[in-house]
Amino acid sequence: MTDAPLLEIRGLEVIFDGFHAVDGLDLTVREGEVRFLIGPNGAGKTTLVDAITGLVRPAGGSIRFAGEELVGQREHRIVGLGVGRTFQTPTVFEQLSVLENVDVAASFRLPFRSLLRRRRGVTDRVRRALEDVGLAELQEEPAGVLSHGQRQWLEVAMVLCQRPRLLLLDEPVAGMTGEERQRTGELATRIAAEGTTVVVIEHDMDFVRRFATRVTVMHEGALLAEGTVAEVQQDAMVRDVYLGRPRDARGAAVVA
Amino acid sequence: MSRLAGTLAAGDARWGFLIRFLVVAAAMLLLAPAVLSDFRLSLLAKFLCFAIVAVGIGLAWGQGGMLVLGQGLFFGLGGYSMGMYMKLEEAGPGQLPDFMVWSGVESLPAVWAPFRHAWFALPMAVLLPMAVAAVLGTLVFRQRVRGAYFAILSQGLAAAFVIVLVGQQGLTGGTNGLTNFTQLFGLDLTAQANASILYTMVALGLLAVFLIARQLVASRYGRVLVAVRDSEDRVRFLGYDPTRIKVVAYTAAAGMAGLAGAMFVPIVGIISPALLGILPSIEMVIWVALGGRAVLAWAAGGAVLVNWVKTGLSERFPSGWLYLFGMVFVVVIAFAPKGMAGIGEYVRAGLGRPGAVRLGPRARDRATARDRAAQEPA
Repeated sequence: MTDAPLLEIRGLEVIFDGFHAVDGLDLTVREGEVRFLIGPNGAGKTTLVDAITGLVRPAGGSIRFAGEELVGQREHRIVGLGVGRTFQTPTVFEQLSVLENVDVAASFRLPFRSLLRRRRGVTDRVRRALEDVGLAELQEEPAGVLSHGQRQWLEVAMVLCQRPRLLLLDEPVAGMTGEERQRTGELATRIAAEGTTVVVIEHDMDFVRRFATRVTVMHEGALLAEGTVAEVQQDAMVRDVYLGRPRDARGAAVVA
Repeated sequence: MSRLAGTLAAGDARWGFLIRFLVVAAAMLLLAPAVLSDFRLSLLAKFLCFAIVAVGIGLAWGQGGMLVLGQGLFFGLGGYSMGMYMKLEEAGPGQLPDFMVWSGVESLPAVWAPFRHAWFALPMAVLLPMAVAAVLGTLVFRQRVRGAYFAILSQGLAAAFVIVLVGQQGLTGGTNGLTNFTQLFGLDLTAQANASILYTMVALGLLAVFLIARQLVASRYGRVLVAVRDSEDRVRFLGYDPTRIKVVAYTAAAGMAGLAGAMFVPIVGIISPALLGILPSIEMVIWVALGGRAVLAWAAGGAVLVNWVKTGLSERFPSGWLYLFGMVFVVVIAFAPKGMAGIGEYVRAGLGRPGAVRLGPRARDRATARDRAAQEPA
């Protein structure tokens, strides 16, 4: 683990039909961190992740990952560089079995020639990912029968077995029970300990308090505050945003 | 006996597949030539050509979700490659094909020249459609054109191809196409007895194409292809380029259609625009829909059965067969949306587990495991 920034975002701007979803954002994430990204609805958190992974095209600014510029790269190339993500609404391949879903994810670096061969057995990496998320028992089932929570787990298994350097989790615990949240948090912590940098978008402050090392607060497409959970909670601006004090059009608290 | 039935019924058992494959191969290669008249055999050979196209459609559409409504284009490229070679072989060295003489063409067009050689023309019948599909597919899929837009585009290409063929009378034989073939590699095509040689070639071609397609489907690539069909965007975020995945299946399907077109020409004795326009192209997809697009063997079987039924009906009811044929189509689509494969699956479920069609012991175990996992979150 080094101290060099793994992800360095400078002056990022994403505009949808004149609306600045991300407005001149600067963000630095170091290798091995578990960084939480919080902020009210519409703060641009998901848009930021979309921009990093190539789903939306920024209007300006730069996103450097391990020294490489990500802006303008195609989605699958960004994944190839080592950036993995999950989605708010989990999408799994319903016609494939749980095992095949993970195996497809794990095989993405195989040269095309090897893809033309059949899968023989289960690789260690796939088995481990399935065990990590507790889906090993269901591996032969078509993914279409899984519940919402199980699909979230399956998505996590799929991205885990790809061994990304940077893992972006978009609201991974939405709709989960307390126990499941606990497990997800522990999993994220363990992944980070094994060398993957994790960025988690989350609303649930309780969850954030328990598992975050550093928290970044976004508001209206820009960075509002950054620091440890305690520091951020002390921050007056953050409290304003979360407690909904009267604000002007730009979102700054109106001084009474 | 029941064990054999069980083995035959198990879809994923390798031995089961081998037995079924060998039974069908034996029936095609040994039984059919023994019991069918030369006329029927050559009819079946034509249907097997269609079955080769159908295997390709099963791959591209059934597995890859690309509704290929213009396979006539590739069928035609293969057919015309073969037809050009046969016309030149017949005309003899330095001579022009008959229709060019009638159209007043004086020297052999440059496009035709290399097709004088079998070593060029025969590989071209497969490689040319593949090359066209690879270029086209890359351009189209890269722009994320899919669904109905892709279907209409592919259909438009078949239509455009027909317009070009009809317009270039001197180069392509126009509406009449290429016909009046009498020989291939010195084989007299007018002799009925030679029908079985051509039939055997087509049957072997179909078996080979089927094995290639099946390997593609069963491989990891096949799983990714299904994943692309289900959610192309998700596959992109797993690090695959969906364009590449789709182009491979589309190109393979085009090669198969080209091969079928090339074999069709010596058997039927003609290749013309009427055989590869919009309507024939749609018909090709209908065979596969009726057979069952998700299962390759049924896609191929659908092509043979539909054409067999069509011929049977048209012979028995010369005036009303088209209505009957339409009714068969409506009934299958209404009651068996998965095509005949769906009916096969249902029967198989009954065969494999007598008296337990609803929920077999294995399915029950799985259901329990599912409940358990749902209760104690993993």
